Amino acid sequence: MIPAAFDYARAESAEEAISLIGQHGDESKFLAGGHSLLPLMKLRLAQPTVLIDIGRLTDLSYIREDGDVIAIGAMTRHMDVENSDLLAQHVPLLAHAASHVGDPQVRHRGTIGGSICHSDSASDLPATTLALGATYVAQGPNGTREIAAGDFYQGFLTTALAADELLTEIRVPKMNGAGWSFQKFNRRAQDWAIVGVAAWRRNGDSGIGLVNMGSVPILASGVSEALSSGASIEDAAAQAPEGCDPTADLNASIEYREHLARVLTRRALEEASSS
Amino acid sequence: MDVTITINGEEHTHDVEARTLLVHYVREHAGLTGTNIGCDTSSCGACSLHLNGEAVKSCTVLAAQADGQEITTIEGMADADGTLHPMQQAFMENHGLQCGYCTPGMVMAATSLLEENPNPTEQEVRIGLEGNLCRCTGYHNIVKSVLAAASA
Repeated sequence: MIPAAFDYARAESAEEAISLIGQHGDESKFLAGGHSLLPLMKLRLAQPTVLIDIGRLTDLSYIREDGDVIAIGAMTRHMDVENSDLLAQHVPLLAHAASHVGDPQVRHRGTIGGSICHSDSASDLPATTLALGATYVAQGPNGTREIAAGDFYQGFLTTALAADELLTEIRVPKMNGAGWSFQKFNRRAQDWAIVGVAAWRRNGDSGIGLVNMGSVPILASGVSEALSSGASIEDAAAQAPEGCDPTADLNASIEYREHLARVLTRRALEEASSS
Repeated sequence: MDVTITINGEEHTHDVEARTLLVHYVREHAGLTGTNIGCDTSSCGACSLHLNGEAVKSCTVLAAQADGQEITTIEGMADADGTLHPMQQAFMENHGLQCGYCTPGMVMAATSLLEENPNPTEQEVRIGLEGNLCRCTGYHNIVKSVLAAASA
């Protein structure tokens, strides 16, 4: 399968990438690792007329400590997130979730920023960074702005980014020793989650992100509220599907996805509470 | 557009369309057909090769993205005198292939795996090869081959 024809431009800096996308308009797309976009283009589900390759922006590949936050460059590959000592120490949930993305070949190419911008609710990292209360940094022609993960995912494959904005950094609060768990339920090793849960818990606080339970990644705030008002894990987890809008497909009915959300949330909270 | 890629140590330049996939560049422009196309949807791993030393699925990389980079294909694994790479030797000795279609991708993924984890457990080999499918289901001897290569 071969994508529809397009023009290709390679950006040498973030500024150049933003300027190029400004010139080429709505039918152009940034190409990061390409492991979400190229499959869509090969199936002709996406047909951008111009690709702006940001794959050489190596200055956007980094993982740094910045006070209470770990700052991750948007072009950091999944493999580097997975193997980061800094993340293992301060945000182990994210490093672990990255190790579940695709397979090693995919993780050699795919980037955290690409995954977040593609904003597939079935992907692991949007829901995980949402659960962790991350902030995303977007750079546009008029400077940078920070967007809370909770405000970023606006609909199916739709984000709060303007057409001429480039995601440059993901800022994730340190977990400060919180217990955590990542539950991914799928039929084959490399598949997307049929349902997934990323969860952390520390004292009265918690964050639970649901994968593939609607058109956007979902923060199960009802579960966190129940936990903080003293509900048992079992009772709190029973609320996981509330506010979700999952679809049915070959792998699962809506009812089965809701069941999985409850069971996986319970398992995640049990593991997070014991670690 | 002109795309220059060093393949198995030899520089290639071809004028290709921007939409040319790396696997097509390798097979059709460079004429190296050892790299197979299986699913063509980045699931099966048959098209795995090394881009700057790491296994990637070449059906999901544009040739343009590899411009100026180095790749190694299955043809580049054996020595010039025909001596097999230890991974190829291990596949041969342990009957790590049946029909052979997945084998080039398996060898490339497995060598990349050992580069990152030189002494994997059996479980780590199985997880490390999750991106490569063998439709003969010959996984047992593939895993055995990789473990043999690791201890060779």
